[in-house]
Parts: sequence; structure tokens; C-alpha cells
Amino acid sequence: MSAYSISLISVIGINVMLAISLNLISGLCGQISLGHAAFYGTGAYAAALVMVSTGNLALSLLAGAAAACVVGIIVGFASLRVRTDFLAVTTIGVNFLFTGFVRKQGWLGGEMGISRIPPSGLGASGNMVMIAVFALAAIAFGLYVNASWMGFVFRAVGEDENAASTLGIGAPAYKLTAFGLGTAMAGLAGALYVHFTQFITPDAFEFHVSVMILAMVVIGGMGSTWGVACAAIILTVLPEAIRFVNDYRLAVFGALLVLVMRLAPGGLATSVKHLLARGAKS
Amino acid sequence: MYYVDLLVIGLTFGSMYAVMAVGLTLVYGLLRILHIAHAAVFALGAYITVIVANATGSIALGLLAAIMITPFFGVAIYRLLYQPLLSYRPDVPMIASIGLLVLMQDGFRIVFGEQGVAFRNNPYAIQTFDLHGVTINTVQIAMMVAAALIFFGLHAFTTWTRIGVGWRATVSNAKIAASFGVDAIKVRYTNFIIGSALAAVAGGLVALLDNFVDPRTGVIVSYKGLAIIVLGGLGSVRGTLIAALVLGIVESFGTIFIGSWLNRDAIAFLALIILLMVRPQGFTGARAA
Repeated sequence: MSAYSISLISVIGINVMLAISLNLISGLCGQISLGHAAFYGTGAYAAALVMVSTGNLALSLLAGAAAACVVGIIVGFASLRVRTDFLAVTTIGVNFLFTGFVRKQGWLGGEMGISRIPPSGLGASGNMVMIAVFALAAIAFGLYVNASWMGFVFRAVGEDENAASTLGIGAPAYKLTAFGLGTAMAGLAGALYVHFTQFITPDAFEFHVSVMILAMVVIGGMGSTWGVACAAIILTVLPEAIRFVNDYRLAVFGALLVLVMRLAPGGLATSVKHLLARGAKS
Repeated sequence: MYYVDLLVIGLTFGSMYAVMAVGLTLVYGLLRILHIAHAAVFALGAYITVIVANATGSIALGLLAAIMITPFFGVAIYRLLYQPLLSYRPDVPMIASIGLLVLMQDGFRIVFGEQGVAFRNNPYAIQTFDLHGVTINTVQIAMMVAAALIFFGLHAFTTWTRIGVGWRATVSNAKIAASFGVDAIKVRYTNFIIGSALAAVAGGLVALLDNFVDPRTGVIVSYKGLAIIVLGGLGSVRGTLIAALVLGIVESFGTIFIGSWLNRDAIAFLALIILLMVRPQGFTGARAA
């Protein structure tokens, strides 16, 4: 396998994990988060610090997931205080706060980031396999949650929190769970990113990365694990396949967001479902 | 005198934030949409000012052109993007709005380049005055005067004109206003026209202060604008003015006291998050969440 396809598959795997993790929070549980890159970054920085000091692969992955999960639950408390678009504003703030903080910290490398992170010891293709396995596990986990009782409650809270509370569902606990699970997965993706690049800077976790992750979830169809995974793959491959898209990546993402919201707010998943239903009828 | 300098810087930034955020808060008051693409209107105003000023040699003409052209763009956003999405959850138009902003920003980069456009002849940004040890330039004075005039004008408009009163009535309760014969659609168009023209004024003045516009113009302002309108208590013009000035001052003092620990934008958002958690209803008490 060429180095190019190895790195492409690794990036796809990481993006699939990010999209599915945000889908748990925003798609299923309805808590719009626009600061997902901050959790991704928290995981990456924690994993990088652990790698630099111990060089232990498993420990770094664990640290990435745990650190992001802790920060995620703290931010999750914000979702108990403010709802919908205000939660979105708060999480945008969290993202700017994260990058603004990291850029000024000497011990996190400041603007220069952390370089010379020890290799994972698996080699490039070994890393790719590891990332792919985690990405597949993330898809399986997403499908499992979706089909479980917890997923059912997440959807109930997402659709109408007051109605869910009336039925005796402890919405706050479920919202925090969604944040905890989703951000832990994003942190794990961040840790895998560290092993993939061995070099991180604050630029990789800027707000536009959060917009990109949200674009994957929205274009795929909020709440649909398959739709979101497909959108993550398509939106990662598209800029590689078409040069024009690569040069104007953000413009294309923005245009897609506008078009999907305007024409099919349910995303790809809902549109495909409608097409299939129409096909079955005729 | 050092602290007075900081205060002046804070007030100039704050007054521009205020002029920009009025459009945002009124859109929220009317439609319950977080109009993030307002920053694209702001950036468009800045680009038009620079380009027309360079072409004609007159900065005043540049500002005038920006004020004349951007309202069409603002109204188009409402008509083509928001109006069809009004029946959805508030995050649907908000995400569409973010998409539009990202698209426009990258569009500006593609059309005008990474470096942006600079004024060919802008004497005002370097023309400074010394007021008892406090240094201030013409653009900063213009910013504060413009903000004062605009807020006085808005106050007069919403107090003494028929359409202004209708506007206020619609913001506070659209249904009752409509039953008293206020044309809600006309109010919305008025709102986008005025809000966009004000964003253009702010964009043009910020471009004058920086002496250039580049693709980053408006990026940060957009999200800070959200912070301001939330702090101000949504839909409240007075609250927006207070929140914008407070944020400008907090930022300029914050960069001195905790600048080694957080950057300017992070300070603004830290203030936002703390206030949002402590007082979700904003400074003036209008319901937010």
C-alpha cells in the first residue's frame, strides 16, 4: 500500500470517529455542540504529553480519552443551564477558549505545538490498522447505542426535553452521559491523530475544524450512524479526489451546509430513506 | 495615563462591536435566529469600502457605497435563506448561517487573495491627537462619534417614527403587533436593511483603523457578536450597547492582566461563558435560554 493511501485511510478513520462522537451528542441527544475540536484537541494534547513522558501507547490512548471525557462532562454541565442555540454559542466559546489557552501555554508548546512525539512502535501501516479498527468499533458502538434503551432515551431528550422529563426521565443525567461518551470518543480520535502525525499544533483544533465535524454530522443526517459515517468518508475523500474541492475546501463545505439545510434539513440519511420508500411504493 | 489609554482602546472596540451587534440582536429579537452570517455582511462592507475608496480616491464615497450595497445582501440572506427555514428548530437556520459565513469567507479569500486589500491612501489611521497624554487617532474618534450618532438615531427612530414604533412592537410581541396592523414582513425587511447598513459602517471603520481588509476580517467579530448579544439580553438594543462596551473594556484590560495566560479572543469568550452560566438571562434581564 502506498504511503498516500495509508495516510488517507488514517485520516478517514479519525474523521469517522469524530463525526460519530459528535453524532452521539448532537444527533441523538440533540445538544448542539460547536466546540468538538476542543475535545479532540484535549485528547490529542493529553496523549502527546503522556507519549513524550512515558512512550506507552496504551496509556496515551487512555489518557486522551479520559482527559477529553473530563473536560466534556464539565462542558456538559453547561447544557443543563442553556439550551439549543445558546448551547451552540457556549460551545463555540469553549473552542476559542481552548485554542486561546493552548497558544499561550509554554508547557504545551504554545504556538509551535508539541513536536518529536515518540513513535507508537507500530509503523505507519500498523497505525492505520489501529485507527481503522477503532473507527469500525466506533461505528459499531454508534449503532449499538442507537438501538439500545439509552439511545431511545437520548432521542426522547433530543426531541422534546420537557416531555421526556414529564415521563420521569432524568434528562440531565442522560445529557451528561451523552457528553461524556461523545467527548471520550473524540479524545480517543485526538490520541490516534497524535500517533498518526507525531506532531501537533493548536491550528489543528481551531473552530473551523468543529464546523467541519458538524458539517459531516449535518450532511450525513443527524442521528443516523451510517449516514454520518458515510458523510465523513465522502467529505474526506472529496477534497483528495477533486482538486477544485481541495483548493476551495471551506467554500465547498460552507456551500454544502447551506444547501443541505435549505433543501433537506434531514441530511443524506433522510433523503435516502425517502428515495427508498418511494422506490418501494412504485 | 496608561489605564486611560486602555480605556480608550476598549471603548473604540466596544463601540464598533455595538454597531455591528445591533443588527444581530434585532434579527434574534424578530426571528429567533442567531444570524452568524452577519459577519459576512460586515466583511462585505469592509471590502466595498476599501475597493471603492481605492478606485475613486475618496474614503467617504467608499463608506457610502458600502452602506448602499450591503442592505441588498442582508435582505437576500433573509429572503432566500432564513424565511424558508423559519418553521424548523432554531439550530437549522443557525447552521445554514454558519455555512454561509464559511462560504463567504473562503469566497473573499478566493476573489481578493490571502493578503486581502489595503487602502492606497488612508491618512486618518495615522493622524493622531494628544489629549493630555492620551493618544487617539482620527479613526478612533470617528468610531466613537459614529456609534453615539447611530445609537441616538436608532433611539429617535424607534421612539418617534411610526415604522420604528411598529418595529419595537414586533420585537416585543409579533402577534399582538400584527393584530394592531403592523406589517411584520415590512418590519423584517426594515430590520435587515438597517442592520446590514450598520454592519457595513462598522466594517468600513474597522478596515480604516487596520488600513486593510483580509479574509480574517469578520471571523472573530462574528462569534464575539454572538457573545455580545447573549450578554446584552437578546433583542435588547440598550443591553447590546452596554455589553459591547463592557466586552471592549474587559478585553483591553484583560490582555494586560491575563494576556500571558489567554489571548484576546479567549478572554472575551471566558467572560461570555462565565456570565452565561451565572446569568443566562443577560445583563438586562430579557429571557435568553
